[in-house]
Amino acid sequence: MAAINANPILKAAGLSKNVPSGAQTLTILQDIELAVMPGEALAVLGASGSGKSTLLGLLAGLDAPSLGSVWLDGHELFKLDEDGRAVLRAKLLGFVFQSFQLLPALNAQENVMLPLELAGSRNAAALATAMLERVGLGARLHHYPKHLSGGEQQRVALARAFVMQPKLLLADEPTGNLDAATGAGIIELMFQLNAEHGTTLVLVTHDEMLARRCTRQIRLAGGRIMAG
Amino acid sequence: MLPLSLKMLGRDWRAGELRVLALALVVAVASVTSVGFFADRVRQALAREAHQLLGADLVLRADHGWPDEVREEIVRRGLARAETLNFVSMVRGSAQAQLASIKAVSRGYPLRGTLRVAQRMNAPDAATREVPRRGTVWIDERMALALGVTGRLDNNAVIELGNVTFTVDAILTMEPDRGVSFFNIAPRLMMNLADVPATGLVQTGSRVVYQLLASGEREEVDAFEKWLSPRLARGERLRSLANARPEIRASLERAQKFIGLTAMLAVVLAAVAVSLATRRYTQRHLDAYAVMRCLGATQTSLFSLFAGEFLGLGVLACAVGCAAGYVAQLVIASLVANLVVVPLPPPSLLPAVQGLVIGIVLLLGFALPPLLQLKGVPALRVIRRELGPPAETALMAYAAGALTIGALLVWQADEVRLGMIVMGGFSLALAVFSLAAFGALRFLGRAVRGRATLHGSIAWRYGLASLARRTRTNVVQILALSLGLTAILLLTFTRGDLLATWQARIPENAPNRFIVNIQPEQRAPLMKFFSDNTVAEPQVYPMVRGRYMAKNGVPVDVDQFEARARRMVEREFNLSYMETMPGHNRIVEGRPFERTELESGGLSVEEGIAKTLGWNVGDRLTWEVAGQSITAPVTSVRKLEWDSMQVNFFVIATPGLLAGAPTSFITSFYLPHSLAPLSNRLSQRFPNMTVVDLSAIMRQLQDVTNQVIRAVQFVFLFAVGAGLLVLYSALLSTQDERVQEAAVMRALGATRTQVLNAQRSEFIALGLIAGGLAACGATGIGYAIAAFVFQFPFHLNHWVWLAGPALGLACLLINAFAAARSLLRQPPIMALREL
Ligand SMILES: Nc1ncnc2c1ncn2[C@@H]1O[C@H](COP(=O)(O)OP(=O)(O)OP(=O)(O)O)[C@@H](O)[C@H]1O
Ligand SMILES: [Mg+2]
Repeated sequence: MAAINANPILKAAGLSKNVPSGAQTLTILQDIELAVMPGEALAVLGASGSGKSTLLGLLAGLDAPSLGSVWLDGHELFKLDEDGRAVLRAKLLGFVFQSFQLLPALNAQENVMLPLELAGSRNAAALATAMLERVGLGARLHHYPKHLSGGEQQRVALARAFVMQPKLLLADEPTGNLDAATGAGIIELMFQLNAEHGTTLVLVTHDEMLARRCTRQIRLAGGRIMAG
Repeated sequence: MLPLSLKMLGRDWRAGELRVLALALVVAVASVTSVGFFADRVRQALAREAHQLLGADLVLRADHGWPDEVREEIVRRGLARAETLNFVSMVRGSAQAQLASIKAVSRGYPLRGTLRVAQRMNAPDAATREVPRRGTVWIDERMALALGVTGRLDNNAVIELGNVTFTVDAILTMEPDRGVSFFNIAPRLMMNLADVPATGLVQTGSRVVYQLLASGEREEVDAFEKWLSPRLARGERLRSLANARPEIRASLERAQKFIGLTAMLAVVLAAVAVSLATRRYTQRHLDAYAVMRCLGATQTSLFSLFAGEFLGLGVLACAVGCAAGYVAQLVIASLVANLVVVPLPPPSLLPAVQGLVIGIVLLLGFALPPLLQLKGVPALRVIRRELGPPAETALMAYAAGALTIGALLVWQADEVRLGMIVMGGFSLALAVFSLAAFGALRFLGRAVRGRATLHGSIAWRYGLASLARRTRTNVVQILALSLGLTAILLLTFTRGDLLATWQARIPENAPNRFIVNIQPEQRAPLMKFFSDNTVAEPQVYPMVRGRYMAKNGVPVDVDQFEARARRMVEREFNLSYMETMPGHNRIVEGRPFERTELESGGLSVEEGIAKTLGWNVGDRLTWEVAGQSITAPVTSVRKLEWDSMQVNFFVIATPGLLAGAPTSFITSFYLPHSLAPLSNRLSQRFPNMTVVDLSAIMRQLQDVTNQVIRAVQFVFLFAVGAGLLVLYSALLSTQDERVQEAAVMRALGATRTQVLNAQRSEFIALGLIAGGLAACGATGIGYAIAAFVFQFPFHLNHWVWLAGPALGLACLLINAFAAARSLLRQPPIMALREL
């Protein structure tokens, strides 16, 4: 549970993202102000194209903003260089891409082992196997992404993010491809992490039920945060 | 369908999808055409260069004056004309007299090549367009030595020739058409043709060679030759390039082979580059294709859509390539303008046609197979991503493409043997390389399995493990890389070796003097003369003159031979005898003399003459030597290195057969320029011997060889360019996957060092494997070319074993470095978005 008076683990101030589009510039995000406390679960809602994925990428430091700053556990992300951000991500962050981004040359287990290996874990294989079993893929350890269904790929991507037991999990539509039962299982898993390890969750979702389980919701429209 | 194809071409072009493919095609066609254009022009220029050795495109020789009809015909056909008179006469200097080989020349001589003269002996010489002025003569060094005209040439240097006194005006250092003939042995004196009558030396009955020289446009010269040939009377004959000096011809033929080889390599490399680029294109379009199928397009309509797009691209790229090739060869031509002395003739249109055809075939043969694969992609791929295209159709199409290209290469280079070796070599390399690459990857994968981790110093293991994980793509990449590297090694190292071997055929200290007519009892004193003068004692060969009488008991019928063979048969042969063949002779058929033959008698004959006169191993040849008849079987056929400048014999007999016959001896040796006067002392000491000076022709041969080699070097650059393109497309082929991998790893918190270490270890292994394979390939193909095409002894260059892997490594590390910049500088999401 969130400690009183704690500093936000994630904070965004004046965050904007513009991209050139022909002769004009297209504003994807504008003036985002956001603070997420440790242990909180935040749902990001909004219509398709409203800028949710872009925001998530910026919060993880995977993308560069046009204006504004992001603080991750007190570190101002865009004052660091790429490597500095990577080190911070390795320490704190799990990220689930909307399009999964599994490596096609690695099988399910190897994909999940990747962050463990990056961190020098000694028993990466065992941890990865255990996590895949928890997301219901114990039987598909050695299958390659192209042989997995969309929902299975999504669960591998989730396992890859969960396996590090990150302090902060950013997930882009984690249940988007899953049937209700499997989706519910995944949601359980996330909130279990949240409860056991105090993992902060930032979830982009269209699923009202998932959103309601979160401690707080924000809604994006046209690149801005709507009230409520 | 076509408008849609073109629209797609436009879209894909804007999306940057086709740029690499287009570039591959443009460079391919450009290199083929520019090699073609340039090789074509160089070929023509080389032919002209060779004509210098005749002093004209066509030389008419007769033992009597040429009729006016012929003279006028030359001019009437718009050809340039010059005349020379050659005869031998005594020349009187102030101190002594000397027999001279006199050449009287008209204005304009020589029509091809240039004369070079010096202002006095041992002074630097310069080219001149003049001929000796009336009343003056030019003499060569030997003549000057003989007459004692060694100082400055002023008006005091006078000589008497017949009834007239002449001033010596210059020392003649180079005469392009001064061939080597053992009858042309006296030192040279060159004079103006108009001065001949006054000397009174040429009268009816004197032994004079009358030469008419003609030059001009190739067609005109050919037409004139056709006109003249049937009109030749007794004692008249034609000399053209076809019967020019064998050692120069050998050199030129070799140059053409080199150029042909280069053009072939460029094409083969282009084929590889095109197929790599198309492969990448189709891989990126598999999804689009399946989606279009879902949207209701039929296989056939989709195929024609893509084929139309590619054809449009191909035609455009070929046109651009042709134009670029033309411009490129203009640039090269201007670069070599001062190297190739002869102005290059304008290129013909044939290379453009060849370039276009080859470009289209490349596209059809090597872009079609991956496209055909697209055709096999099931619509279901949209849902089930593992569904790929079937492989057999592609294999068939590749095979067809390779065959067509092979045929085209043979057509373009006009060299069946060379074409076979190149194509065979590459197919073999392809097979061996894929097996080796596969094995190596498997091995590496095994070696690091289970120990892979990305942490710290052992991140490299992760890289090696992922090498094995991507076996298929990596085999393709290693294959392409090693092919590209093979070509580059072949073109740098092996080419260097081949050219060096070629150049070394005429070493600096190759024999430049021949001595003929050494009597048996003079051998010992001659050797003593050499050692007294610190010249290495040369090998001396016996020489017996004999007439060819019969083959297998059937008397020789002169009329059955064509003109050249007839002249050979009518003359006396110079036969030699020895127990073992000289080192520069290579037996190509039969075997060396054995004990039994040394007793019973045997003959070894030269390959060319054996072919001309129809001699085979086992034939019994009968000779008349000093009134005696000798018969012996042919036991071997030898190949001679004509450009080695060694003493060569068409026929060598076992000593038992000829030892009793009247024998003189012949030798060749190297006389350094500083010891040139020795030549004259030798003549004075042994007046009966004839010392033939070959240094002028040697220099000429070296000049021609060097120029040719320089031209060849330039042509090589293009093939190297094509090789680099292959390397580039090979590296590009796994680029997408690496970008994604790096971006994802970074998103998962990998540091720059970790990403780089993982990729670098992979690249290092790839580079070493590919480079090692390339070194093997280059050595093997180089050996085959040397042994089977050029018939050089091949010397393995050990540096290639270092250079291959080093080059492979360098390529991949440069690539890794360049890729790392884009991978690591931009945020991961941007990298992912660009895939
Ligand atoms: N690099 C870019 N260039 C141009 N437009 C972009 C770029 N990145 C994002 N956009 C646009 O910004 C808008 C927001 O994109 P984003 O992916 O953040 O939407 P989203 O809210 O995640 O939508 P969805 O729910 O469909 O995933 C979209 O209209 C998208 O087209
Ligand atoms: Mg999104």
